[in-house]
Amino acid sequence: MYKRVIRYAGRQSLRSLSLLLAVCVVSFMLIVSSPIDPVEAYLGPDKNVSEAQRQSIVEHWGLDKTPVERFCIWFDNLLHGDLGESITYRQPVARVIGERFVASLWLMMTAWVFSGVLGFLLGVLAGVYEDSWFDKILKAFCLILASAPAFWIGILLLSVFAVQLQWFPLGMSVPLGKLAAEVTFGDRIKHLILPAFTLGITGISNIAMHTREKMIAIRQSEYMLFAKARGETGWQAVWRHGLRNVALPAITIQFASFSELFGGSLLAEQVFSYPGLGNATVSAATKGDVPLLLALAVCSAAFVFTGNMIANLLYGVLDPRIREGEVSNHG
Amino acid sequence: MELNNEHAPVLSVKNLSVKFKMYTTGAKQRDLEVISNLSVDIRAGEVLAVVGSSGSGKSLLAHSVLGILPRNASISGDLQYNGEPLTPQLQAKLRGHEIALVPQSVSFLDPLMRIDSQVIGTTATREKQRKIFERYQLSKAVERMYPHQLSGGMARRVLVATAVIGEAKLIIADEPTPGLSPDLARETLQNFRELADQGAAVMLITHDIDLAFQIADRIAVFYAGTTVEVANVADFQGDGSQLRHPYSRAFLAALPQNEFRAISGFQPYAGALPEGCLFHPRCKYCTQECKERTPPMRELRGGEVRCIHAT
Amino acid sequence: MGNLTANRGINRRKKMMLVVGVSLLILFAIMIIGNRIEPDSLVANFSEKRQAPSAEHPFGTDTVGRDMLYRCLKGLSTSIQIGLISSLLGALLALVLGLAAALLGPKCDHVITWFVDLCMSVPHMVLMLMISFMLGGGTKGVALSVAVTHWPGITRIVRAEVLQLRNAQFVLVAEKLGQSKLRIAVRHILPHVLPQFLVGLVLMFPHAIMHEASITFLGFGLSMDTPAIGVILSESMKNLPMGMWWTALYPGIMLFGIVAMFHIIGKNIQALLNPYTGNE
Repeated sequence: MYKRVIRYAGRQSLRSLSLLLAVCVVSFMLIVSSPIDPVEAYLGPDKNVSEAQRQSIVEHWGLDKTPVERFCIWFDNLLHGDLGESITYRQPVARVIGERFVASLWLMMTAWVFSGVLGFLLGVLAGVYEDSWFDKILKAFCLILASAPAFWIGILLLSVFAVQLQWFPLGMSVPLGKLAAEVTFGDRIKHLILPAFTLGITGISNIAMHTREKMIAIRQSEYMLFAKARGETGWQAVWRHGLRNVALPAITIQFASFSELFGGSLLAEQVFSYPGLGNATVSAATKGDVPLLLALAVCSAAFVFTGNMIANLLYGVLDPRIREGEVSNHG
Repeated sequence: MELNNEHAPVLSVKNLSVKFKMYTTGAKQRDLEVISNLSVDIRAGEVLAVVGSSGSGKSLLAHSVLGILPRNASISGDLQYNGEPLTPQLQAKLRGHEIALVPQSVSFLDPLMRIDSQVIGTTATREKQRKIFERYQLSKAVERMYPHQLSGGMARRVLVATAVIGEAKLIIADEPTPGLSPDLARETLQNFRELADQGAAVMLITHDIDLAFQIADRIAVFYAGTTVEVANVADFQGDGSQLRHPYSRAFLAALPQNEFRAISGFQPYAGALPEGCLFHPRCKYCTQECKERTPPMRELRGGEVRCIHAT
Repeated sequence: MGNLTANRGINRRKKMMLVVGVSLLILFAIMIIGNRIEPDSLVANFSEKRQAPSAEHPFGTDTVGRDMLYRCLKGLSTSIQIGLISSLLGALLALVLGLAAALLGPKCDHVITWFVDLCMSVPHMVLMLMISFMLGGGTKGVALSVAVTHWPGITRIVRAEVLQLRNAQFVLVAEKLGQSKLRIAVRHILPHVLPQFLVGLVLMFPHAIMHEASITFLGFGLSMDTPAIGVILSESMKNLPMGMWWTALYPGIMLFGIVAMFHIIGKNIQALLNPYTGNE
């Protein structure tokens, strides 16, 4: 039976890979068509560069070739693990991404767990107590959360908790001026809390509302009616049937939120000057750092695909209808 | 607390009406009466078949007795269980135990829970479950299966098992036979006959009157949300001349073996019920009085009928 | 034994329609007001800089003395307009593509679905960044990127609806009668798809506006001179250490307000059009 799941996962992987390839092509096209001249961006305001030197830079970066040729060169390098060199950081792109990946991962995972757990609990409660005062308050609360721009919430939090109350630092992921060896785990956590909260808080609304909807649908299902007919009381039925049936869709939504998570990190990291991948993406776009931007775009797509893949696998494993297939003939 | 009066029927339903609050066009609300003035009773050891075409609200009768109607429903009327008023509290206490439902299909089972856990439910024990599985010839392998893995016959027996495991005294079977082969259907109905013979009261809700004939003791004919006749199964034999209500006769005449002789018109929907007798637009004995008043249920020749002209 | 619920006066449906009406009025008003603000009210006035909220300047002034209230209104108006235009364009495109995918055969469906998946592979913000980058920033960049990131959602909805409808009796009859595909699409299918489409469209507005503000905040949308909410909020970040909290609070509240109103309108329309919830 797990063979079925593996085969399904295999098909999904192929599909994801083809889409990833397409993302590479399209991203390349988009970025290369930008009016921002990478050479200008690299040289900055310093115009004391001779024509010959400029020409050598152009050749070095292959900017004199056609877009198709440039893509093939880039892609070929990509397959060999060479993502090019970042214009702004003067380092290999792979190294830049690698350094910031861990910081971003901490941020995103913390926010993800926070919004997932809280959103699920609130959604289940609201679905069970439909139309109660709790439900009404939660709906209003989620409307507020969904309507408030994440970066604005970040700014407010920064203003209140970091500037006014000074409970938390103003930004970055580690204290300024401390040597890397001296940075404690506590330091990291302190720097993580506000950005993670900002990133997670907007996700709660989506998850809570979806879970609530699913819970309401489950409560109206035939098997819940039959459970009631068998004498199961409200919470008994929810505990025995509701939770397991709502968990599956909830998991799917959770993993599908990887896309919003990464997108949101661009804003949260900007507000808190958090040195993660999001921040790098924004500055790469601002400064015309083509290799870095391109690599980050592809990475973000890969991140989204990973989330979808995990969701599909989990569903295949957890849902007996997929895992164990059709009607049997014995009994 | 239960004064088990042997003369009182197990379930007695008098003038039951069930209404739903609905929105019509725009923003107006109104009540939709789906069951009106329904009266029927069932005694221990008998099988009462509630028969009527689809859409007449038969399932709602079952849900009313169990107390599991949806939120926008309101009911009025008199329900009694063994002579005691069947209040919501009593319903909550008895459902799943003394009063049990046998649902239509496996879609009424939790798709993510194994069969053994579902049959055992919240109160029974594994020993009981094993015994009942043996009785209904369900192998041990079925215990670990999920609902979607059950074949038609297995599903039927599992659903019956859920009612039997609680030692129910009143069993309501809601359309137990659609989609089954004739053999399987007969087998299923035999299960119910056995349960009745062992002392339970069985309400069999079905649109398949042929099958009802095989095991029922009495038959209640359902039309447009109410009962129009209750008769012994013997009255349905032959050409049906013993039947009291024109609709019962028409129902019988329309069966395949009687060459599908149908009457004109169709059963009215809950929102478009006629005034007076609900059947009068299609009835050939209709008089002015029929159009004005809804006839009450009256006893006639050992059965009951809701018609002023019946003899 | 009954549990008849008494008539509670104005019932839910009427309440919803009232809410929708009032919200639309407010949004319309803001748009008009913003459009008619004199450029003079937005000019820098160094003598009045950095003032906290007062009777004269209800939202205070910023670092160069511009009145925050006027800037906010103007910015909101701009956001609403950009949001509406880009949403409408995106939604129309999505409608056409959704219909095409469902009606023009499996190959067309495959291609369009593939494009939907492609657009959904990249996080919205990243995609918007890249498109803005490609166009060098500016209003066009914002509008286009909003449209490109949001059309897949509506296309999916439309496609699902139409696929269901395609097998409905009345459509099959029309096909048998020899009506052309276009005629069937417009006369028979479109009216049934419109409610869901409308809901999708209205629910798209708040997202569009928020994304526009976000991308502007990051420095990619409208130029830094235009009074857009994103710009205002971006500037306010520099003002925070100076304790000028009003430059962040009020613009955000106003943005939040209009986004919330669009959400409310959308949710209510959705509830009104949904036959299942319409009976509570």
